[in-house]
Amino acid sequence: MSNLLKVSSSPHVRAKDDTSRIMLYVIIALMPTTLFGIFNFGLRALLLVAVCIITCVLSEFLFEKAVGKKSTIKDLSAVVTGLLLALNLPHTLPVWQAVLGSVFAIVVVKMLFGGLGQNFMNPALGGRVFLLISFAATMTNFEYDGVASATPLALLKNGEAVNTLDMLIGRCGGTIGETSAICILIGAIILILLGVIDLTIPGVYILSFAIFIILFGGHGFDATFLVAHLCGGGLMLGAFFMATDYVTSPITPMGKIIFGICLGVLTGVFRIFGNSAEGVSYAIIFSNLLVPLIEKVTVPRAFGVVRPKKVKEVKSNE
Amino acid sequence: MNKNLERLYNGLWKENPTFVLMLGMCPTLAVTTSAINGIGMGLSTTVVLVLSNMMISALRNLIPDRVRMPAFIVVVASFVTIVQFLMQGFLPSLYTSLGIYIPLIVVNCIILGRAESYASKNPVIPSMFDGIGMGLGFTVGLTLIGIVREILGNGSIFDVAITPLNDFHITLFGLAPGAFIVLGFLVAIMNVIRRKMEAAGKPLPEVQGCLAGDCAGCTLSSACTGKSLVHKKDELPPVNPKDVAKPEPVQATVRQTANAKNTEDVEKSGSDSSYADDDIVGKEEK
Repeated sequence: MSNLLKVSSSPHVRAKDDTSRIMLYVIIALMPTTLFGIFNFGLRALLLVAVCIITCVLSEFLFEKAVGKKSTIKDLSAVVTGLLLALNLPHTLPVWQAVLGSVFAIVVVKMLFGGLGQNFMNPALGGRVFLLISFAATMTNFEYDGVASATPLALLKNGEAVNTLDMLIGRCGGTIGETSAICILIGAIILILLGVIDLTIPGVYILSFAIFIILFGGHGFDATFLVAHLCGGGLMLGAFFMATDYVTSPITPMGKIIFGICLGVLTGVFRIFGNSAEGVSYAIIFSNLLVPLIEKVTVPRAFGVVRPKKVKEVKSNE
Repeated sequence: MNKNLERLYNGLWKENPTFVLMLGMCPTLAVTTSAINGIGMGLSTTVVLVLSNMMISALRNLIPDRVRMPAFIVVVASFVTIVQFLMQGFLPSLYTSLGIYIPLIVVNCIILGRAESYASKNPVIPSMFDGIGMGLGFTVGLTLIGIVREILGNGSIFDVAITPLNDFHITLFGLAPGAFIVLGFLVAIMNVIRRKMEAAGKPLPEVQGCLAGDCAGCTLSSACTGKSLVHKKDELPPVNPKDVAKPEPVQATVRQTANAKNTEDVEKSGSDSSYADDDIVGKEEK
């Protein structure tokens, strides 16, 4: 065969984006949040971030070695998982618990189901919920400036006043990465500008959550209450960085909207009617499990295909 | 291998109800928060299983085929009630911690499964050994899960605290998700061991085929087409293989073809025991 004739299968034109590049973008977008978290909570936060990332990468490497698979640590997805997990932990958490959470996230949630692209829920959130169930005391032990303090959401739950400006900037207790709404929004803008995520899921999520709060929050349209709920807890971090995870969110346009509404309503139910003050991680994990179903019922119409119309009954009037 | 020993081996390893057949998952996942609970649940199930297997086997020619399920349930429920009262009287703490799962032994799939697929077709003594084997297999399974969950979730083993683990309790393993995770890992480990054993040239000993007249010990009974033929053999004295080898022309060929089919089906059907075949057998017998 002549050399001029090149035979290959589609796709013939490829973008230069690949997994590791997208993951790199996500890491860059998470940097403001991470740096603010370290600035806010001190070196202890840096230690946890490092421990989580190293454990995640190491456990992915060792697992793949143990089962004789090709190593995939170069795609940086384990780094993202470790970083996200660390941002979801309070900075006072004992190191061994952080290690355990990272191993669980990578080995049980991700690798046992077949690695990146096969995981049925967000690994970082799986790890966080594992820790939250296992070590409820240390996972909800929040300190700020060396003083044990309740998170703004817990204060809200008890009907106490919160300072919304502090919550916007992030000068309050909470997990390492969740406190500063502004830093997270900077990261989110980076991601949107780079084309890594689109606004559908986070937008619908936040909107439906806001509507839920106005309807059922018991405060009516109270701007302070609403802003406090939007900026408090892991809502921002979850909406922009975890609900948008490619693997565990729907790909159909309609599915994204349904997914977002699910997230918003579930978060609202957990926060307003649940026992604990926070519910973002459970809402996201729960919705992750619904994704296959959502995708199944929202398959878009292929170009040129006409949906079978319902046949109208023609009344036979004599 | 001796038939009765083979039954024990079958229940403990080859068709272990917890790790291979995946039967009785409800108590397996629910009560194994500690090793003691696992043993307690396993042993009480074993007692019921042995007694009901024996009783059903003894009554197997009296129970009409159409009402066999209600009949089995009545037998099993009677024994469960006895065990429940005994436990309430003598082991009140275990009784409270097992709670609803003791009465639920009545509908345990293992017990009904063994009654249906083994005891209702076999003599009393092999049925007893089948019950012991399956019951012990269940007990071992539950105890293993219980031990792992107790160590990880509570830092103790058989209620004895392991001091170095005092500060390292992972609550998740005391809850339902932990049970699923531990079960999954144990099954995985067991499959690895099996595969290694087979790779090392020690294939699991195969049960002698129908020619030995041992339909009972035959794990292929679900795939067996010549079953009703051999089924009646149970009441006859065991056939000497030499007699079979000397052909009574027609029957022997029938059997051999049936047999050849079975060996092919072995790999497909795996170690699954028989459920689906019973209706067919019943019809053929009539």
